[in-house]
Amino acid sequence: MTARVGIVLFPGSNRDIDAANALEVAGAEPVRLWHESVDLEGVSGILIPGGFAYGDYLRAGVIARFSPVMRAVAEFAARGGPVLGICNGFQVLAEARLVPGALLRNRGLRFVSRQVAILPDRLDSPFTREIGDRRPLRMPVAHGEGCYYADEATLDALEADGSVLWRYANPDGSVAGPDAPGNPNGSLRGIAGVSNAAGNVAGLMPHPETAVEAVLGSDDGLGIIRSLVVSAAEYAATGRVAGTKQPAGGAA
Amino acid sequence: MSDQPAYRFAVNVTPKPGILDPQGRAVEKSLPHLGISGVSAVRVGRRVELTVQAADATAARAVVDRLASELLSNPLMELFDVEVLA
Repeated sequence: MTARVGIVLFPGSNRDIDAANALEVAGAEPVRLWHESVDLEGVSGILIPGGFAYGDYLRAGVIARFSPVMRAVAEFAARGGPVLGICNGFQVLAEARLVPGALLRNRGLRFVSRQVAILPDRLDSPFTREIGDRRPLRMPVAHGEGCYYADEATLDALEADGSVLWRYANPDGSVAGPDAPGNPNGSLRGIAGVSNAAGNVAGLMPHPETAVEAVLGSDDGLGIIRSLVVSAAEYAATGRVAGTKQPAGGAA
Repeated sequence: MSDQPAYRFAVNVTPKPGILDPQGRAVEKSLPHLGISGVSAVRVGRRVELTVQAADATAARAVVDRLASELLSNPLMELFDVEVLA
């Protein structure tokens, strides 16, 4: 059975074609979801792609947060459906409070577009289950506001409950802290991606969807996309995703 | 609605204390080139001015407070204050 995975389109989204290609390479059927619609067209997983939704005016992701489609995405997330936001999609999810923390201006102030390596913290989440073994994954970043921030108590809690999913890695394979060469933006504790407490919504700044075939320079991102697809298929079949908790109260 | 009185506000949004503000730091680093010394703790924020039509000043202020906390600022990383303009 082919999983149908929605790709949310905002004015200014620009990684949607890469996202659709990645989903097809991973064996899913991509379904475009327009920002003004609240109809999710029966998809069982959602990918919010990168770009500059609504021009990134005011703060990256904030205007998109109030769009009709995001109301539907929040309800889908509250029911336990798997949602992955990449780059600008991560910023949208953070502004919508669907994942913890905030993305600040890069520490170096510059827009950074280059290859990085990330390490999965865990291999049993809905978004890392198909990665295989724990090794640095090579894929690009391309963002101006990617510096992951949360206060110290929140960071401790995220680490304690397994909500940190990926961290930037140095060339020697160690985790890249805020000032380390492998950290492109100053993210605290090297965090490149996190999930919500329930575990069914995640965001990450690097672009696994543009690293799914050797011809693109790396296929290290395919495991992440395939994880989303497998989780979406599972959600379609069972209404649940392994490794997630029931969302508390359903408040989205 | 158009017969309601109009109130003019400014919302000032600044990075929370303790949050690294690379823009502020960049401004600070440029000061020696101007021959200026003795300036520190530069923080760069954003100012939004807006007009609200409402039944009275209290109702208008409530709209601005909601707008400032839900849209104009992100409480995880920013603080805001509201000025009443003439």
